[in-house]
Amino acid sequence: MSPPAVLAFALRSLAAVPLRTALTLLAVGIGAGAVLTLSALGEGARRYVTREFAALGTNLLVVLPGRSETAGVTPGLFLGETPRDLTLDDALALARSPHVRRVAPIVVGSARVSHGARAREATVLASTPGLVAIRRWRIARGRNLPEGDPRRGRSACLLGARLARELFGAEPALGRWVRVGDRRLRVVGVLAAQGFGLGIQTDDMVIVPVATGMALFRTESLFRIMVEARSREAVPLAREAVRAILRERHGGEEDVTVVTQDAVLGAFDRILRALTYALAGLAGISLGVAGILVMNVMLIGVAARRAEIGLLKALGAPPGLIGRLFLAEAALLGAAGGLAGLGVGWLAVLLVGRIYPAFPIAAPGWAAAAAFGVALAGATLFGLLPARRAARLDPVAALADRG
Amino acid sequence: MIRLEGVERVYRVGGEAVRALAGIDLEIGTGEYVSLMGPSGSGKSTLLHILGLLDRPTAGRYLLDGLDVTGLDENAQARLRREAIGFVFQFFHLVPRLTAQANVELPMLLAGVPPAERRRRAAEALAAVGLADRARHRPDQLSGGQRQRVAIARATVMRPRLILADEPTGNLDHAAGAEVIALLERLHREHGSTLVLVTHDPELGARATRRLRMRDGQILPEEGDGRA
Ligand SMILES: Nc1ncnc2c1ncn2[C@@H]1O[C@H](COP(=O)(O)OP(=O)(O)OP(=O)(O)O)[C@@H](O)[C@H]1O
Ligand SMILES: [Mg+2]
Repeated sequence: MSPPAVLAFALRSLAAVPLRTALTLLAVGIGAGAVLTLSALGEGARRYVTREFAALGTNLLVVLPGRSETAGVTPGLFLGETPRDLTLDDALALARSPHVRRVAPIVVGSARVSHGARAREATVLASTPGLVAIRRWRIARGRNLPEGDPRRGRSACLLGARLARELFGAEPALGRWVRVGDRRLRVVGVLAAQGFGLGIQTDDMVIVPVATGMALFRTESLFRIMVEARSREAVPLAREAVRAILRERHGGEEDVTVVTQDAVLGAFDRILRALTYALAGLAGISLGVAGILVMNVMLIGVAARRAEIGLLKALGAPPGLIGRLFLAEAALLGAAGGLAGLGVGWLAVLLVGRIYPAFPIAAPGWAAAAAFGVALAGATLFGLLPARRAARLDPVAALADRG
Repeated sequence: MIRLEGVERVYRVGGEAVRALAGIDLEIGTGEYVSLMGPSGSGKSTLLHILGLLDRPTAGRYLLDGLDVTGLDENAQARLRREAIGFVFQFFHLVPRLTAQANVELPMLLAGVPPAERRRRAAEALAAVGLADRARHRPDQLSGGQRQRVAIARATVMRPRLILADEPTGNLDHAAGAEVIALLERLHREHGSTLVLVTHDPELGARATRRLRMRDGQILPEEGDGRA
């Protein structure tokens, strides 16, 4: 009996018990659909995080004061030494390295921001024009902070979108004066509304020149320095250059931590990929359950069709063929259920994509292949036992049942 | 065509041995029409199953057309059943989800006959049993007599050399039974096949050219022309 004939025969047997077949397909379909949908969610999370990080710039290095990358305790801590602060001059020295495109020294604080009667407590980010460039922030109106010697304070600031709206309402903010702490600063630009993102939330912030911020918060030290390497390939060179320059400036002490964006991104990527596999595995359990159901349904089928099996044997079907006929039924259940699951999963992915357009949910190709493959292989595997039982049925005993 | 030598079939039930066949020696020639009668439990069905290679003797030899089939493996036996043997059962054993046509096609499907030829030969076989107009009916849409005629079409469509019928009229009224027997006899004549018919009806049994009687797993000495 040719394989197409075997499949056609199996198909007819399944069609003869439509309810049983439909319920089994449903179970297999839910399993396969769950594998697809959950791995699409995991993959979406991974893509989301990667995309957000990439938007921050993959050439990015962040310099933090203090050594935190070595495990254990730094000897300096025992001697009562505190790590040297990062200074504005450190940042300017880094900017001179050939591997560095731009730097943004950063001081952070909180201050009262007011315009006329309206006032708010807001986060103040003090930096150079390089910050907006490095973080790829968009300026909706006006321009960036003025260029020039960062050591000189200037009476200019950028407002986050929401902060500008709250202080000025419908009036244009550009060119107006606001009070930040004890300073009067002119609004030279308003940042574009950022909405929902992974990076720093700029909508409620005010950005001021770094020297102005240092005076405002009465500090000489920087919170951190952001460094943009010349290119992605230059990131390791830039990191070495930053370390060397700061070691020299800090009296030979290695007292800063340099984090590269790539390292963080890689870590997230690995974690989220693992999470996706785990989700797919969890969903796979439901496929396993569906497989057991397939086995059960097939065993019921074998029991209900004993007379038919006996007849097929009497008509000259060898045991192997009987086994193949039943195995084909299991495989068809697996394949059809798997396809149905892919359809349902794909619809679910489409639906989530519609409801949350910002979330890049996507069913990875391997997940579709795995969902279908596991459904097919699982059903076939669980069909082996019923098929063997059918193949080994004693025809005389089977025919003793009335058919 | 058939030669049994000291064939025994012993069932073990619990600790006890039930001798369903107790040393059968039998020869049946090609084209013979043999009826097999005897009280219930005398071993008629058991003997028929062994002749049809659905069961194996626990002792003895079975030669079919000179070939010792006792020791053949399952696949070889299945092939012989497919090509050389046709069964007709008391309970018809039609596949309920398949039409009469598809039921008759079944042995050819198993034998790998191409679809077009399958359809043609099944239609012919149905016409031969007078059911050409019932080809698209499922078994539950047919009367008992019609079902058995479909089963006969199925048993003969491969032109087997040996037809084994186990109480084919057991579930039919007298008229339908007579029709079925007449059909079997006609096909046996036309195809030249050997026909072994198990029956409880002495009238039907008497129609055979050779009448065998069984008791307690043994074949009683034959009356009439004295062939053994
Ligand atoms: N599977 C079995 N296990 C145990 N004993 C069996 C089995 N099948 C048949 N027998 C026994 O073998 C003997 C012969 O049975 P068989 O079915 O051949 O009788 P029969 O002549 O066909 O009877 P009937 O006219 O009622 O059909 C009986 O005693 C029966 O109880
Ligand atoms: Mg019987």
